[in-house]
Amino acid sequence: MSTDVFTRDYIESYSKKQQEPTWMTDMRLNAFDVAQKTDMPKPDKTKITRWDFNSFEHVTNQEEAKQITLTDLPEGIKKFVDTEKKQNLLVLRDTVKQYVHLTSDLMDQGVILTDLQTAITEYPELVQKYFMTDAVQVSEHKLTALHAALVNGGAFIYVPKNVIVNEPIQTIFWQDNPSQALFNHVILVAEENSEVTYVENYLATETEAKTVMNVISEVFAGANAKISYGSVDHFAHGTTSYINRRGLAERDATIEWALGQMNDGDTISENVTHLLGDQSVCFAKAVSVGRGDQTQNFTAHIVNHGKHTNGIILQHGVMKDRATGIFHGIGKIEHGGTKANAEQESRVLMLSKHARGDANPILLIDEDDVTAGHAASVGRVDPLQLYYLMSRGISRQEAERLIIHGFLAPVVNEIPIQAVRDQLTDVIEGKVN
Amino acid sequence: MSGSTLEIKDLHVEIDGKEILKGVNLTVKGGEFHAIMGPNGTGKSTLASAIMGHPKYEVTKGQILMDGEDVLEMEVDERAKAGLFLAMQYPSEISGVTTSDFLRSSINAHREEGDEIPLMKFIKEMDAAMDYLEMDKNMSQRYLNEGFSGGEKKRNEILQLMLLKPAIGILDEIDSGLDIDALKVVSKGINKLRNEAFGCLIITHYQRLLNYVKPDFVHVMMQGRVVKSGGPELVERLESEGYEWIKQELGIEDETVGK
Ligand SMILES: Nc1ncnc2c1ncn2[C@@H]1O[C@H](COP(=O)(O)OP(=O)(O)O)[C@@H](O)[C@H]1O
Ligand SMILES: [Mg+2]
Repeated sequence: MSTDVFTRDYIESYSKKQQEPTWMTDMRLNAFDVAQKTDMPKPDKTKITRWDFNSFEHVTNQEEAKQITLTDLPEGIKKFVDTEKKQNLLVLRDTVKQYVHLTSDLMDQGVILTDLQTAITEYPELVQKYFMTDAVQVSEHKLTALHAALVNGGAFIYVPKNVIVNEPIQTIFWQDNPSQALFNHVILVAEENSEVTYVENYLATETEAKTVMNVISEVFAGANAKISYGSVDHFAHGTTSYINRRGLAERDATIEWALGQMNDGDTISENVTHLLGDQSVCFAKAVSVGRGDQTQNFTAHIVNHGKHTNGIILQHGVMKDRATGIFHGIGKIEHGGTKANAEQESRVLMLSKHARGDANPILLIDEDDVTAGHAASVGRVDPLQLYYLMSRGISRQEAERLIIHGFLAPVVNEIPIQAVRDQLTDVIEGKVN
Repeated sequence: MSGSTLEIKDLHVEIDGKEILKGVNLTVKGGEFHAIMGPNGTGKSTLASAIMGHPKYEVTKGQILMDGEDVLEMEVDERAKAGLFLAMQYPSEISGVTTSDFLRSSINAHREEGDEIPLMKFIKEMDAAMDYLEMDKNMSQRYLNEGFSGGEKKRNEILQLMLLKPAIGILDEIDSGLDIDALKVVSKGINKLRNEAFGCLIITHYQRLLNYVKPDFVHVMMQGRVVKSGGPELVERLESEGYEWIKQELGIEDETVGK
């Protein structure tokens, strides 16, 4: 299906089939109109005019969606889940909910974990309040507008005031039909003084089939809330991806991102955090591996609005074969952000002479009384590190492996669920070897 | 078994096209402790690095043999497996790789595939060696050499030496930057390895390490060559008189090389 095929009628009937309230249908239709009038995004240093954002299926015909148990999950998915203990978990397969579990203790405290479709019906006010209002705007460009018009899955996670969620909340967005597009939308809200750790997996069938991922996450940390957000993206080679994760932090809030960006296809991935409240903090860590002929454009962007805010970016990328990876690190301190701090480190490790890597640090500062710094490098594996490891008997191949895993460790080690951490390690292993 | 023999014959080494070693001859056998002394800039580290296969150093002439095998034909990891170990003057820092993972990989590299050291056994051995070297156990979970103090790096080198038990150990300035307590601990570690199978080449430009680790043979390097060899008594003379008398004896004005 190509985007040209979509019409207002299609969108209206899709919305009806999903039994959505009128405001949602109207929002979709409005977004569809916006999409006709807006341009594609223009990521710096990557030309996407020839990327295929048109070939995909918007829905997969499935048997009546039924809840399954953890043990019913196919082996391929089960390994990303800690089946030992019944964890807080939501699984969507080709946009349709398969499994959800939240401890009764958390439910009693008012925590919500559900798929977006259910949330729209059960918590319409909350969804309406957060869905593409204050964080991502429908009108940013054609892809955000299309996302709003065609959103077909996602998760809604809500942590009320003063609630501390001790066990991580996990989601698995699993693309089983190779042509299925995920217009997946995650909303994560942590109200004042709350704490939550969230981990998401985007999994795909390994395939050359053409499809599109258009994924948006909107993350809201209320005053003094703390959010740790981990992710592993692993879409297949035939998939063209647009991924947008955005955070808003109020006074004294902290948002920590640990993003494992492991797609095999062409990808634009941006992660923007606004430090709105005074003393709010963001650590944006991301690692990626590029292989084959894929082109990827990554942006890690923190905007310091409030006073005494602290934004720290770390991006590490490994590029091999003929892959291209552009890493933009943007630290922006707005006027009024006195005593703000903006730090960033972007490093690209090149494993092949045909690969292309670019670290592009940008500091934009509209305030005098601030601190800021950046470090960026593009280089090969340090021959002296190799020498040191090999001098202990370790083979060149194993030494390189250790160095690469070490280079990507800042994110791998942050992933709070062992099964997902192991998966990310495996994905890295698979991609670099 | 009486250990291995490392032979260095007429070794010439260049770095960036500059000749640094100008014909070094030296033989170290199992059971022997050799000290190489000499002021800064005389080629001592170059010798150690050339033996181990440092990528920047190019051997232009001469031979290095380990039990008759041509070391110069070997990759760096093969040299290690042949029994050579170099405690480096400036060990690399490797972010993201814990010291413990590195040690285990190193030990396993010396074992057959399928015969990896059992985890518990490894931890026991590592802990015992760390205790012996009075090291903080947390260090094994820190990234390799990253943020280590000078003294911690040196202890970490000796820790590796103790765990890998090479046939020939080369210690490059293992004493530099150590206070007297740390020096004693490091010396204790080296002395623990002393037996008829272990040969050691101790490079230093101070005498004080040699008060704790007694060498059987002492060599002085200047201008990229071994200019004087003798027994332990040479250490004492150097301690009391310095290097000036050797320079006078040999008519050397500038003892350094490669300037
Ligand atoms: N990495 C290097 N790059 C350029 N020159 C070097 C390098 N290492 C050593 N040299 C040269 O070789 C000389 C001897 O160095 P080195 O072997 O380190 O001496 P020592 O260990 O005795 O102090 C130095 O004075 C310097 O001129
Ligand atoms: Mg030296």
